[in-house]
Amino acid sequence: MQPLAAPVHGELSKRLDLLVISELVEPGSRVLDVGCGDGELLALLAEKRGVEGRGIELSQSGVNQCLARGLSVIQGNADTDLVDYPDDSFDYVVLSQTIQATVHPRRVLTEMLRIGRRVIVSFPNFGHWTVRMSLGFRGRMPVTENLPYSWYDTPNIHFCTIRDFVQLCRDVEADIERAVALDVGGTRMTLNAPWWFWNLFGQQAVFLLSHPDRPKPSG
Amino acid sequence: MASYRQSIPVDGASQARSEADTPSSRVMRFGLDQPLRLDSGQFIAPLQIGYQTYGTLNADRSNAILVCHALTGDQHVASDNPVTGKPGWWETVVGPGKPIDTDRFFVICSNVVGGCMGSTGPASTNPETGEPYGLDLPLITIPDMVRAQAMLVDALGIDQLFCVAGGSMGGMQVLQWAVAYPERVFTALPIATGPRHSSQNIAFHEVGRQAIMADPDWRGGRYLAEGTSPRKGLAVARMAAHITYMSDEGLHRKFGRNLQDRDRVAFGFDADFQIESYLRHQGLSFVERFDANSYLYVTRAMDYFDIAADYGGRLANAFMGSKTRFCIVSFTSDWLFPTVESKTVVRALNASGASVSFVEIETDRGHDAFLLDEPVLFASIRGFLSSAAAARWK
Repeated sequence: MQPLAAPVHGELSKRLDLLVISELVEPGSRVLDVGCGDGELLALLAEKRGVEGRGIELSQSGVNQCLARGLSVIQGNADTDLVDYPDDSFDYVVLSQTIQATVHPRRVLTEMLRIGRRVIVSFPNFGHWTVRMSLGFRGRMPVTENLPYSWYDTPNIHFCTIRDFVQLCRDVEADIERAVALDVGGTRMTLNAPWWFWNLFGQQAVFLLSHPDRPKPSG
Repeated sequence: MASYRQSIPVDGASQARSEADTPSSRVMRFGLDQPLRLDSGQFIAPLQIGYQTYGTLNADRSNAILVCHALTGDQHVASDNPVTGKPGWWETVVGPGKPIDTDRFFVICSNVVGGCMGSTGPASTNPETGEPYGLDLPLITIPDMVRAQAMLVDALGIDQLFCVAGGSMGGMQVLQWAVAYPERVFTALPIATGPRHSSQNIAFHEVGRQAIMADPDWRGGRYLAEGTSPRKGLAVARMAAHITYMSDEGLHRKFGRNLQDRDRVAFGFDADFQIESYLRHQGLSFVERFDANSYLYVTRAMDYFDIAADYGGRLANAFMGSKTRFCIVSFTSDWLFPTVESKTVVRALNASGASVSFVEIETDRGHDAFLLDEPVLFASIRGFLSSAAAARWK
């Protein structure tokens, strides 16, 4: 099957969103990476930003790769295990390219906002024009190198568009401190573009959120 | 399928008997001036600790790993057992080039206080009477075992252990080390264990103890002095316990409903089924090597274990401020120390801000999986220790 748009190399685009995330993180902070995979982001953050990192990962191979890298990782599930973490126990809680694979994205986001003083979420934008073309003109669910799964075997059960995510942030009363969209080439899109433009041409997005109004727990 | 008769040295029982006072291993003796203080308020003095070491201690004495053995284990972790003649109980993990690499680390393993392989226990001779202690030995707890290990580690001139590792009751000791001596434990590797003994686990232990004490040859604990041995009681205790070390799925895979040396059931109470024959063998070979009173003491130590109880019921408080790196391992089919017990520790460590990794290994081999050939376990230990070593000696 020939993808409609020039395919983006999955590895390259993934690395780019991790670089964007690492620039959003203050040096020396405490970071929890939810769905940390083989620990690539945590290793990058430790090296570039001197962070104290922790990870949660579902897959055995990911956990063992993290262990071998010297990272502290817990084999667990974003949907069920975030409740175990105390309030405000991290400076940042990161969910990179994982929210679309969670069973309860809203609950996961709420838990992350509880655990971290700031939250960083990156996700593939389902509103990208190539996705719309595939659905709108071909009438088929998109399968690209960046989204390589068929609809029946995809782990990605909760795709959203950039505008959908902005709405979710409003619903859970999170402040959007910063948002970055990357186009197919991985270039950062102009900051002053309107949401509709990002939603059409951003292939993936990175959001930095906070929860200024939540009362701090006492003691 | 062959019946489970393996060679036990003919003098197994007498060899086991002599190990209590004069072990075929290294021995550390502490005189009356260095008593072991017990949680019960009593003391043991003089104190003897039977232990083994493997590998070489480096110049700054920083490469020591203390391995803590499980309920009926001993110090012979990576060398032949003097009583059974079998290989050490963790030779899959400890040895040259193994996940706990003795080419790199100095490995220490000591028999627990209350045991019967050379550390002071109920089978040891009470110097005051010249007879075995029997039930005159004060009750021992997991913290008591760890306090004795700390005396040994002190005597060996080691300030900080690079790692304390162990499974099951050994894992309890690992957690206790991390709580009692956080600055002396660089990394902690508790496997298939929990922060307390559950009600169900206490119940199984009580069945075992009652089986021993119901044996007329137990003689109120004075069987050694009276020249008897509660073999039947101890064998039944072992049989009951052994079931808890395996999983239903694993038992079914290994034995199913297969018959032992026969084509049909014999309409009697002989061992018709392979699982019966297997358990009987486990029971019989156990009594050759283990002291019945010691079994009472070490099971009781596990029952009393409850870290949170000493910290106002909050486990996280026990680990507050800990700099130790933890790697916690559980097995999916372990119902004696199920994953939820490990996760309780993980949650507490997270709450206290400690550095913790957690691995749940998929296997059908139940609690005993930590003693068996589990490649994911080996990879986890290897990865955790080598990265911690890189951080320790960077």
